[in-house]
Amino acid sequence: MIFVFKLSHLLNTFAGIELKYKNLMASFGNAFSSSIGKKLIMGITGLFLILFLIVHCFINSLIFLNDGGLVFNLGANFMATNWLIRGSEVILMLGLIVHAVQGLRLTFQNQAARPVKYAVNNGNANSKWYSRSMGLLGTLLLIFLIVHLSNFWVVSRFTGIPTEDANGRENLYAVMQQAFQNIWLVVLYELAMVSLAYHLLHGFASAFQTLGWNHRKYSPLIKGVGVWYSIIISLLFAAMPVAFYTGLIK
Amino acid sequence: MSTGNMNLTLKVWRQKDNKAKGSLVDYKLSEISPDMSFLEMFDVLNEQLITKGDEPVVFDHDCREGICGSCSMFINGRPHGPKDLVTTCQLHMRSFKDGDTIVVEPWRAAAFPVIKDLTVDRTAFDRIIAAGGFISVNTGNAQDANALPIPKIQADAAFEAAACIGCGACVATCKNASAMLFTSAKISQLALLPQGQPERYRRAQSMVAQMDAEGFGNCTNTGACEAECPKGISLENIARMNRDFYAAKFVSEEEV
Repeated sequence: MIFVFKLSHLLNTFAGIELKYKNLMASFGNAFSSSIGKKLIMGITGLFLILFLIVHCFINSLIFLNDGGLVFNLGANFMATNWLIRGSEVILMLGLIVHAVQGLRLTFQNQAARPVKYAVNNGNANSKWYSRSMGLLGTLLLIFLIVHLSNFWVVSRFTGIPTEDANGRENLYAVMQQAFQNIWLVVLYELAMVSLAYHLLHGFASAFQTLGWNHRKYSPLIKGVGVWYSIIISLLFAAMPVAFYTGLIK
Repeated sequence: MSTGNMNLTLKVWRQKDNKAKGSLVDYKLSEISPDMSFLEMFDVLNEQLITKGDEPVVFDHDCREGICGSCSMFINGRPHGPKDLVTTCQLHMRSFKDGDTIVVEPWRAAAFPVIKDLTVDRTAFDRIIAAGGFISVNTGNAQDANALPIPKIQADAAFEAAACIGCGACVATCKNASAMLFTSAKISQLALLPQGQPERYRRAQSMVAQMDAEGFGNCTNTGACEAECPKGISLENIARMNRDFYAAKFVSEEEV
């Protein structure tokens, strides 16, 4: 009898967890719908995507080994098959969607906060154009991502890669090589990487400011790292389609 | 009236009342002294308008010493005109050239509706302060001024935040019409001092909630507010407000 009682007690505890979660969310109040909470979501998802870009850029840069994509395919294969990576991929997609949807919502809300525009507005006197154009740059990146994901991610994860490399691995390298024979795709990628560079140039330091990490000791370093990060990541990515198109790597 | 040698074309926003549709109206001014303040130049314009039997341009002004925060003109695309760290009343005509065309508009924000011409309703700021921009103290004799030790770096930062005159240039120039620089300055000046601690996290939540309710936009960290602020209020204040807000919502056990 005692055992039965304890089991039901345990079940009750589990049943209550949903309510406890709801209570916790309620205690946060309007935290995430407030102006600062919305910024927080943008900042956290932004930093998450910034971390992802490091991994993505590193693995893709393996194509520059110019070994017919053997090492790159090894990395791409690992990313496509490791269950931990695949699990993180779901979080990555969610993060991307939240960042994009929230960003678009914020852009429209912010436009509505000034219904009558100025006849003359000298924005360049006090801020950088790309810091004022995050919505536009983000939209360009979103359009690019739809093309990009359907070209490579959908092929690698769902429809299947047709060929194998010398080591018998799925040859994503060949898919890239073939795709970047199309000059218009190369042009699209180059334009997108310019957008990415400017998006990151503002986004990197901005995310830290939003998280409240504005500090006289650390902020100068964060800003410097942000600039270098944006330039290096974008240049490496931008070099990939060009390298394939020009036949620099085979 | 002292005369000078400047001839100017003004394009001034004229709007009869809150409901009316406004437009930019051209005015020619001659013999303007370069030593006049921008508001004195407007006084000359208004005297001419009154003499002609026209309605003078309505604009906010009070102390004309750069400390009250009343003046609020958006001049050639920048709040308080082309100079940094000055208000419109402290802007002088020598900052312009003879023959210049100067466009003057009111602050533009959903939360700052135009009352008439260049005057906008900035009571949204008052309501943000009323929501929590204060400390509660017992009545009676004033405490000894140095009873609570405050580190100098802390006192300086509080003082710099307290320099905000609430003119609204931050909102006016922000592409999102966000009031975060103003609100964060009003939160910081108290959050940095011991007297502000008991209500610190309640204050951050209440003032941010009021700021959102007024219909200001969301900050995107462009830094335009900091660059245009006549008192040089720093973006560090916004980061501090963010920290206080997170602490209030996610760490504090008190719910507002």
